[in-house]
Amino acid sequence: TVAKQTTEWLETVSHSLFVCSQQKDLTSKKRDEFEDILEERRLSSDLRYAMKCYTPVIYKGLSPCKPNAIKSAVLQSEQVQYVIKQLAKEMGESPDIIQEEAVEILDEMGHSMQLGAVRFFAFTLSKIFKRLFRRVCVNEEGMQRLQHAIQEHPVVLLPSHRSYVDFLMLSYLLYTYDLALPVIAAGIFLGMKIVGELLRRAGAFFMRRSFGGNRLYWAVFAEYVKTMIRSGYAPIEFFLEGTRSRTAKTLTPKFGLLSIVMEPFFKREVFDTYLVPISISYEKILEESLYAYELLGVPKPKESTSGLLKARRILSDNFGTIHIYVGQPVSLRTLASGRINRCPYNLVPRHLPQKPSEDIQEFVTDVAYKMELLQIENMVLRPWVLVAAVLLQNLPAMEFELLIEKTLWLKGLTQTFGGFIEWPDNLCAKKAVVSGLALHSNIACLVDGHVVLHDKGVEDGAIGEVVFKRALAVLTCATYRNQLLNVFVRPSLVAMALQMTRSFRKEEVYSCFSFLRGVFSDEFIFFPGISLKDFEEGCFLLTKCDAIQTSQQEIYPTDKGSVIISFLSAMFRPFLEGYQLIFRYLSKETKEAFTEKQFIPGVRNFVFHLLEKGNTQCYEALSSDMQKNALAALVHLGAVKKKKTSNGFTYNVNQEAVNKILDMFDARIPVQKPVAARL
Amino acid sequence: RQELLKWNGWGYNDSKFIFNKKGQAEFTGKRYRLGGMILPTFKEWIEKTFGASLEHKTTSRASLNVNDVPPSIVSEEFLQDLRATKISHSQDAEDRVFRAHGHCLHEIFVLREGMFKRVPDIVVWPVCHEDVVKIVELACKHNLCIIPFGGGTSVSSALECPEEEKRTIVSLDTSQMNRVLWIDEKNLTACVEAGIVGQDLEKQLAESGFCTGHEPDSMEFSSLGGWVATRASGMKKNIYGNIEDLVIHIKMVTPRGIVEKNCQVPRMSTGPDIHHFIMGSEGTLGVITEVTIKIRPIPEYQKYGSVVFPNFERGVACLREVAKQRCAPASIRLVDNAQFQFGHALKPQVASIFTSFLDGLKKFYITKFKGFDPNMLCVATLLFEGDREKVLQHEKQVYDIATKFGGLAAGEDNGQRGYMLTFVIAYLRDLGLDYYVIGESFETSVPWDRVLDLCRNVKERIVRECKEKGVQFAPLSTCRVTQTYDAGACVYFYFAFNYRGISDPIHVYEQIERAAREEILANGGSLSHHHGVGKLRKRWMKESISDVGLGMLRSVKEYVDPNNIFGNKNLL
Repeated sequence: TVAKQTTEWLETVSHSLFVCSQQKDLTSKKRDEFEDILEERRLSSDLRYAMKCYTPVIYKGLSPCKPNAIKSAVLQSEQVQYVIKQLAKEMGESPDIIQEEAVEILDEMGHSMQLGAVRFFAFTLSKIFKRLFRRVCVNEEGMQRLQHAIQEHPVVLLPSHRSYVDFLMLSYLLYTYDLALPVIAAGIFLGMKIVGELLRRAGAFFMRRSFGGNRLYWAVFAEYVKTMIRSGYAPIEFFLEGTRSRTAKTLTPKFGLLSIVMEPFFKREVFDTYLVPISISYEKILEESLYAYELLGVPKPKESTSGLLKARRILSDNFGTIHIYVGQPVSLRTLASGRINRCPYNLVPRHLPQKPSEDIQEFVTDVAYKMELLQIENMVLRPWVLVAAVLLQNLPAMEFELLIEKTLWLKGLTQTFGGFIEWPDNLCAKKAVVSGLALHSNIACLVDGHVVLHDKGVEDGAIGEVVFKRALAVLTCATYRNQLLNVFVRPSLVAMALQMTRSFRKEEVYSCFSFLRGVFSDEFIFFPGISLKDFEEGCFLLTKCDAIQTSQQEIYPTDKGSVIISFLSAMFRPFLEGYQLIFRYLSKETKEAFTEKQFIPGVRNFVFHLLEKGNTQCYEALSSDMQKNALAALVHLGAVKKKKTSNGFTYNVNQEAVNKILDMFDARIPVQKPVAARL
Repeated sequence: RQELLKWNGWGYNDSKFIFNKKGQAEFTGKRYRLGGMILPTFKEWIEKTFGASLEHKTTSRASLNVNDVPPSIVSEEFLQDLRATKISHSQDAEDRVFRAHGHCLHEIFVLREGMFKRVPDIVVWPVCHEDVVKIVELACKHNLCIIPFGGGTSVSSALECPEEEKRTIVSLDTSQMNRVLWIDEKNLTACVEAGIVGQDLEKQLAESGFCTGHEPDSMEFSSLGGWVATRASGMKKNIYGNIEDLVIHIKMVTPRGIVEKNCQVPRMSTGPDIHHFIMGSEGTLGVITEVTIKIRPIPEYQKYGSVVFPNFERGVACLREVAKQRCAPASIRLVDNAQFQFGHALKPQVASIFTSFLDGLKKFYITKFKGFDPNMLCVATLLFEGDREKVLQHEKQVYDIATKFGGLAAGEDNGQRGYMLTFVIAYLRDLGLDYYVIGESFETSVPWDRVLDLCRNVKERIVRECKEKGVQFAPLSTCRVTQTYDAGACVYFYFAFNYRGISDPIHVYEQIERAAREEILANGGSLSHHHGVGKLRKRWMKESISDVGLGMLRSVKEYVDPNNIFGNKNLL
């Protein structure tokens, strides 16, 4: 019945589609139960498991074919041949040479699924996963829905991306449940010969990180993916976020691949396509310390086989539990009904490359955001996430008992806001915090009844090193708090707006909210164009936890609400302050056009000096992720001009505009309507 | 003629499907090859396909209840004027109801179980062009509404009277204008009155050794004027062309006067062809009275044929190739698997053990030896016409192409039966209606590269919509590629379902049909290939021909018929 209710609920959501789904009653959410798939692995033979009879269910319209047949179909397709001919004409070369090039691209990219490799993976991954993780929990009902979906229509799997483990785990999962292994669009591993080849045989196909200018590459790649969809060969899997989120915060979606997989439906080459959001949450991320280094600008080791072998030492670590929530498959046809003018593809042959109409681009954007919001909704939050959020507001040290109390309080608030908390075995709060501390001993520890961030070696060493170590600790800790942010962002921005405007007039609070939402639109996930709905949802949630009361025209914080309001705005203060620092750097330090490569070290040094001098405590402003987002925000707001040049993008600052935005942040001038309107 | 035809169903009174006392299906009458034959597997097919059962039966009213028919409201002044013209007319209820509808499902359903809200007030039977001129003049004088009526086979709600029409509605029945006026053997043309029915036209021309070759599936009942007014298409258009290729001259009576050309030439460059305002005007501009049409000597030799393909995709690829080489026979049609099985169910009882043994052998050869999956294979039916020698040569060419696409020749008999079925299939709906099964056909035209996608998606959409709308048994959703052109094909769908358990089957049916049409348009298909728009598909006209296009048509209507005398509200 749980599944049925979930189905019903999700159906109502997908019917009320985009806008309306933002206004749901967040407590009525019913989610599936989890099952631990490692449990059985610990009880029976891995070898037998790897050699089990594997006859996955397949798409009903599939005409069986080999990977090589797909490759030649791609090569011979009108789409690819058209581009080859075009290029040959433009470059004055023989089509044969370009065809050769296309063959090479295909070989580099193409997968070649082989059962042997799959079985090899099944065996080794069983061993590795059992060692790394305590449990791997999956909602079985989701897997059953997926099984149905795969038979009915081509399926696109859209998992969240926090770790390399994501796609290994997902393939492993599908194998375990006797489903067809996905074909994965992965932009990685090109440097790893042996593992790369193994992965290829297990179904991964590869995509260069950047091929913006290469029309042949684009044509071959797009056709490859579309052939997969049209034939229903296997589920396609890729990451909307484009890359692993180093901050554990969902990245804003990329649209290229999504629009490719949607195109066969737009052109009615398939009846429908299912999009399946999948939320993979880690109790502890394998790469967490690497990420912190990366964010601070210490170059990460290239993916190479030897690097992976070295990574073996992490095998001795324990990374807790993984939760995988397979969401309700969303029918693209249902999403598109009434949204897309049906004719755009009727008047041009379908194989000609055609720039998608504005209508369609907007639709793709909306779908991408919708899918990410669905991912976020089903991300499991562990107790440690709450601990980290509380701890970061109470640095450098916090009394243990108080931490427990606050954590418990935050648990209630998170649930009110619709967060998906998984509190193991109804553990008492103290035990939960203690077990979190044990698992994350690299981040924090208990010293004399106080919990402190684990930044060993801070006392001795140069001041610069102290700042760096501290920043590492804060950023690592922040990756856990970050998992809460997208659940909290709407009420929190209302809370911040209330504090910034120092007014109770709804209109003013809303314009400030709207301003903040615009500024942070690259930082957090907002469905495009529904600022007012977001505001209403934020207000609704704050009312629900008795933090505010609203009337037609006004919003008042309640007496007991001040605790919540200040907690919420403190939670997001690092972003507010971080953006201010970065904006200030841009308003003062740079005069001429610069590239992103110049900007990042510049702003990093700027913040670093301020931290050294003790002029700020905002360590998070050192994060290159935040720096890039802040720059992007200014581009959105029109205060920075982004220009495309032969080697990437350059930026030009409009000092005056940046200063104006800074003033709004400092609440020196009220957020003006025109600005809000432009957002 | 009215006496020969069913009042609440398709075709002749004496021809219909029944279940005889033994519970076997049988087709009555002697008009068709299937007449009087027992169809042993048909009952099982119906039960299997629709979940229908012989025990659950609905019955139509036995005859029209005259009291239900809306009264005839005609002014005495007009009646006097009409009597003065000596044109025969009638205000009899049965006559009026007979001309109040075409053959859409909802119209037949109304006949069986209800009554139309609006029917013509009076029926007139002009016998020549001059009579029509007089009637149109009278209509203008008394401000009446005229709805021209030919064979009454419309499937686009074109003959339904607009409910809100307050004026007297005159049904102008052209059936008495049915003479061949002259035959010009030098130019191979014939001038014919527009009310003539297809089979009579062919019969009369045959007496002089000619034919038009225009054979729509409704040719037993539909009229020449109707063909012109709806842009009809004939089965053998590959040799003879569609109606727009056949017509040399048209005479039409409009409220503005008579429209015609000054000569009867194969082609002229005098601005946009005024024939193209008339063809497809669906009775909104005037009455077509006389048509000069191309004729051909009757072909010396006719041969049917059929080819089995392993699947529909291969079949379509073969048809495409045939079209590409421009060697399509007089007719070439490809039915999908569901329709193949349906055709199979209509196989009559075989006369001898020997034939049944041969059938078994054929089946064995195709399914076991050639490895065709009986649930995938599909059949193309062929009709060749012309000189004996050329036909045989042509036949070889087509079969050679078919072989390249995995096709196997499947005999003349199967081909001939296929074409016979298209005439008989229309009778099936009446049987279905007796057993809670409703259905209809619809058509479209589509570019070659989209044929497969369109067929698959539309069939799937129908199945899905049925499920969503609470239809309890999976529907029959099947298609055939029925015409080939250089740039595309005409696709014909049949769709039927068992409506037991649904309170408002017609509404559900219409929703599904509408969804199917939306799907066709989204797949790059046309609003109609030859059925026309009528009132059934009006809502999509704007998107089909653009705002400006619609405006162009409207302005013609406004000039020709400013007072909307031809007020059937079709098309625009």
